[in-house]
Amino acid sequence: MTGGSRTESSLPAQLGRMERARIVRDGTPRLRDEHVTLSHGSGGKSSHALIESLILPAFRNPLLDSVADAAIFSSAVGSERIALTTDSYVVSPLFFPGGDIGKLAVHGTINDLAVSGARPLALSVGLILEEGLDMAILRRVVDSMATAATAAGIPIVTGDTKVVHRGKADQLFINTSGVGVLDAGVHLAVEDVRPGDVVLVSGYVGDHGMAVMLAREALELDAAIESDSAPLHRLVTALLAAAPNTRVIKDPTRGGVASTLNEIAARTRLAIVVDEELVPVRQAVRGACEILGLDPLHIANEGKLVAIVPPEQSADALRALRGHALGADAAIVGKVLAEPEGMVLLRTGIGGSRVLDMLVGDPLPRIC
Amino acid sequence: MTMRFVDEYRQPGGIARLSAEIVRLSHGKRVKLMEVCGGHTHAIYKHGLQDLLPENVELVHGPGCPVCVIPMGRIDDAIAMARVPGVIFATYGDMMRVPSSTGSLIDAKADGADVRFIYSPLDALTLARKHPDREVVFFAVGFETTAPSTAATLLRARGEGLKNFSVFCNHVTIIPAIKAILDSPGMGLDGFIGPGHVSTIIGLGPFEFIPRDYGLPIVVSGFEPSDILQSVVMILRQRAGGPMRVENQYARVVRDGGNRRAMEMLAETMMLRPFFEWRGLGFISQSALALRPDFAEFDAEVRFTVPNVRVTDPKACQCGEVLKGAIKPWQCKVFGTACTPETPIGSCMVSPEGACAAYYNYGRYSLMRQGAAAATPAGTA
Repeated sequence: MTGGSRTESSLPAQLGRMERARIVRDGTPRLRDEHVTLSHGSGGKSSHALIESLILPAFRNPLLDSVADAAIFSSAVGSERIALTTDSYVVSPLFFPGGDIGKLAVHGTINDLAVSGARPLALSVGLILEEGLDMAILRRVVDSMATAATAAGIPIVTGDTKVVHRGKADQLFINTSGVGVLDAGVHLAVEDVRPGDVVLVSGYVGDHGMAVMLAREALELDAAIESDSAPLHRLVTALLAAAPNTRVIKDPTRGGVASTLNEIAARTRLAIVVDEELVPVRQAVRGACEILGLDPLHIANEGKLVAIVPPEQSADALRALRGHALGADAAIVGKVLAEPEGMVLLRTGIGGSRVLDMLVGDPLPRIC
Repeated sequence: MTMRFVDEYRQPGGIARLSAEIVRLSHGKRVKLMEVCGGHTHAIYKHGLQDLLPENVELVHGPGCPVCVIPMGRIDDAIAMARVPGVIFATYGDMMRVPSSTGSLIDAKADGADVRFIYSPLDALTLARKHPDREVVFFAVGFETTAPSTAATLLRARGEGLKNFSVFCNHVTIIPAIKAILDSPGMGLDGFIGPGHVSTIIGLGPFEFIPRDYGLPIVVSGFEPSDILQSVVMILRQRAGGPMRVENQYARVVRDGGNRRAMEMLAETMMLRPFFEWRGLGFISQSALALRPDFAEFDAEVRFTVPNVRVTDPKACQCGEVLKGAIKPWQCKVFGTACTPETPIGSCMVSPEGACAAYYNYGRYSLMRQGAAAATPAGTA
């Protein structure tokens, strides 16, 4: 029953069935769940199924369907293109090493604009507060937002506040929206990615997710890990100046670098190969991941970008990133290949290779 | 910067030497080895280790994935407990996505049950202290590796006089499962890569029957790539020069006599069940642990009424054959089609230690290359 002939004759057949099943799934992601579960917020496969099969069909329009970090459209008055984005923050705990929910809410929305190639202009803030919240906590969060916005040079220009009954929210949630403009000549599109292109990350991966997790779970791991929360718009400007043909920039938040690269591979139907040895990971993050059985490439970042650039501009791109404080530890980590189509592979430290998939489930809910 | 105790076992140079030694010792002859422990299966695929083994050395995956071997009926029971009003049901994260006959714990949570995931049974104890008005149930699963921490938690709960804490005990023991596999026909195994973590507790003695009664080598192995390759080398050396015996590759962690204190705590709190159902392997006598009668007040099976019915696995699911090593994960009819990590049918696709999840998450590319080789005349020659 497990004889050699069966093995050799039916593996290609089984792979064919798997491939057909994959194409069917990719075409019409099925939402089988009857309830929303935490997996739907993970940024991984369940989130994609939720968005593609329930949310996008309801609002269907060309701008939304591009599922970019920000929608980009022409202004009615001038030739300038405008970018619009929004994001909500439910991180628990509210304060963690290296940041807090307020700082995150400012940086996250700036970054969604920045990686779309836009110059951020202004932010809005919506606060949902739980009855009974300590006013000192709210003051601390709002002060942190103000400090982050000032440091980034992006004003918060409008807002809204709501209070819900005790127990109907967990302390406080924040929504921020942002608007920006794209300078003439800036063009970032995942469709432009080509085989041979080079993949860069702007520094150590996994800091934010691991910092929040260690702060929250009281794991008693004696590791000093701080969130990398930072605004990336100036780093993007430096990158685009040095490597104007940069194909696409992403901020690898939930689901980490692995999920970001899988999205790119899936949309372009190209392959991406990452060399495990080249990915910058702090020793403390690696240690915590080893203990918890997690992959640093699945852990969220809030101050890092992934860029795909043509090979002839990769050296300039790396130099530009490293020349900036937020990109000092940038590295070339992999490249784009023609096949296997839609797949991300990891060349492991010992010279083996394996699939690097999107995150399934959610080891760390509510990290942003 | 190198990371002590991790990087030193992942040096490409040493790996290449071990890999070459395996080629030399195996002489191109087919060798079929079973890694008992799901941790090994995971490590093999995570590091792409199969790329470094010659084609004639085949690793088959054993029953040592604690999440995978829990039968569906027990998950039904767990969900029934979790749905009791006032209960906080504490579980390791792995167990949350395992399907029962009526959805998983994660579905029960979305549906209103208070299910919390924890990292250690002591976290469950903390929950019980923090919520004296609630009933906290800890879903205990695992081999001898995790059973002692459940035992320590029980002893502490009794010491503190906690009244709102109980354990749903599903601990299993590895030796009867290995015996069951050795006694099932047609396996044709040439040796075992022994479970490293379990052995830290039980020591080497319990494995002596493998060389004695079945004439096969077993090497208790660590979990780094070089550990696993070195264990393969040690097995091949035994096969070349004999005699077959139990060897300890993981001596930096495993003591020959195991951990006596842990075994004492186990004996104090738990006893062997007459029989227990394993997913895929069926009922195996003396293969699982229950709480002793003097810990009845902490025994969730005593405190709660549950369906306690045997639920057969979905027809399409071949987890049982996979757990016995009788088929490779991809040979299951639903592998990668109806059964994927997002929509698992069987438990082997859920746990990171499950062979199907390891194949699907990490090994698909190797499968594709094998498939391409098999599809061309050169590959089938």
